[in-house]
Amino acid sequence: MAGYALPIERPAPRLSGWRERSVLPGFPLALGVTLAWLGAIVAVPLTALALRPWEIGVGGAWTTLTSARVLAALQLSFGLSLLAALLNAPLGLMIAWTLERYAFPGRRLLDALVDLPFALPTAVAGIALTALYAPTGPLGALAAKAGIKVAYTPLGIFVALVFIGLPFVVRQLQPVLADLDREVEEAAGTLGATPAQRFWRVMLPALAPALLSGAGLAFARAVGEYGSVIFIAGNMPMKSEIAPLLIVTKLEEFDYAGAAAIGLAMVVVSLAALAAVNAAQAALAARGRAGASA
Amino acid sequence: MKHLHLPGLAPLLLIGSIAVMALLIVMPLGVVFSEAFAKGVGPYLAALTDPDALAAIRLTLTAAAIAVPLNAAFGLAAAWAIAKFEFRGKAALMALIDLPFSMSPVVSGLVWVLIFGAQGWLGGWLADHDVKIIFALPGIVLATVTVTLPFVARELIPVMLDQGADEEAAAVTLGAGGLTVLRRVTIPNVKWALLYGVLICNARAMGEFGAVSVVSGKIRGLTNTLPLHIEALYNDYDFVGAFAAASLLASLGVVTLVVKQALEWRYSCELAVAGRR
Repeated sequence: MAGYALPIERPAPRLSGWRERSVLPGFPLALGVTLAWLGAIVAVPLTALALRPWEIGVGGAWTTLTSARVLAALQLSFGLSLLAALLNAPLGLMIAWTLERYAFPGRRLLDALVDLPFALPTAVAGIALTALYAPTGPLGALAAKAGIKVAYTPLGIFVALVFIGLPFVVRQLQPVLADLDREVEEAAGTLGATPAQRFWRVMLPALAPALLSGAGLAFARAVGEYGSVIFIAGNMPMKSEIAPLLIVTKLEEFDYAGAAAIGLAMVVVSLAALAAVNAAQAALAARGRAGASA
Repeated sequence: MKHLHLPGLAPLLLIGSIAVMALLIVMPLGVVFSEAFAKGVGPYLAALTDPDALAAIRLTLTAAAIAVPLNAAFGLAAAWAIAKFEFRGKAALMALIDLPFSMSPVVSGLVWVLIFGAQGWLGGWLADHDVKIIFALPGIVLATVTVTLPFVARELIPVMLDQGADEEAAAVTLGAGGLTVLRRVTIPNVKWALLYGVLICNARAMGEFGAVSVVSGKIRGLTNTLPLHIEALYNDYDFVGAFAAASLLASLGVVTLVVKQALEWRYSCELAVAGRR
């Protein structure tokens, strides 16, 4: 035999059974541990969440969800999360662009700081934002001079949601901005496109899927956000009470079914929103590819 | 011609980015420390050596010390199964692992109350047998585990998928057993990714607030973790105490960020983040 191994042609895995045979050991154990842990920590608890709202009957669950206070909280949570994601999209694009396209001293520090909202525990962020934006705080006092009240109003909640959502958009955009096909940009330039045209007609469509998924992740995180919001929110029923807080309130009243109904509604709507974002992202990416090859 | 730079807009975008980062991201970090030391070092240290504060620190460390190794072991097992083998249902499995990311922390705590709480499915049985899960350490650990479940797995799976199974297959062909392969081949190959995942998992475990607040019962000195201790002091208008405790967690966050960044710069090709950035 020659002293080298012949390259072995490996066909794409075509599964005859439910799995491909492998020389490696440990598959049953590894998969068993994975499924057992996921079952115990995710599947069983979620089953409880899915089943318990109906203890008060479909009518009871519906009444809970459509009571004025719950509806107001759900509207507030989903509405403000959407607004925050909409602001985070341009802010995140600006920061990602600055970090990827310009060289300036402190760029790496700024880049590292983007993750601060991920690294700072939510309760810490919550009291810190409140101290800043309360009427006595440095930023809150400035806003008060302009006649704007930030902390203890929905605007305060909005600020907290922008804070926790921003890194998602920046981190989704950065790799795309770095890898964006240089030739496409060049071609647009050589064909006489102005910088504005190159941005709006060439780059933004290429960035759109990442922008959308970043904003989608920020939205999903914001909907369920609790710690960074409750300190700054003021928590006035019907005005500045977020849906997760209402779950806590229901639990304190031992209304488990009501709490589960709100929790289930939030999970269902969040997952539906993420699925919609994924679908839209896939459609955008497909259109981008079609446009690029056309 | 190079990438589009929009040079004319550079100063504007730079100033805008720095302003947003400073006002929104950096100032909150600064205010934690300025408020913590607002009355000097003495009250700061007094707040941190208060018995309730020490109990909260101990509880937080205990919960993380249980939850993080469990989820690290889970992450390794899940990544081994998903990255080294071909089987049906992989995508569904990965979606299930990601699920806690799209759940409100409050819901991650709520689900355990629905099972083990006073009016939970097993609440009566637990009360009869004098077992405490909710409003006690087991509940706090369960909530922490739920919230931090994806972190290590999420970091390891892409890295191990990237590396494939060829090295492990070679080791097995040469006669190595499963444990030897794991210890001598797989783990050395993913050690930085594993550390990265554990680091982030730990930061989240120690800082978790929403999920733990639902299951803890918030008994001072007993079931208050550090984030809950912060809330209790803040609601008592003890701002120095609250921000002193917060400064510990903020420092943990900053240290995590620095180590994470160092790992990303030095070992970026061995981290999942390399694929993303």
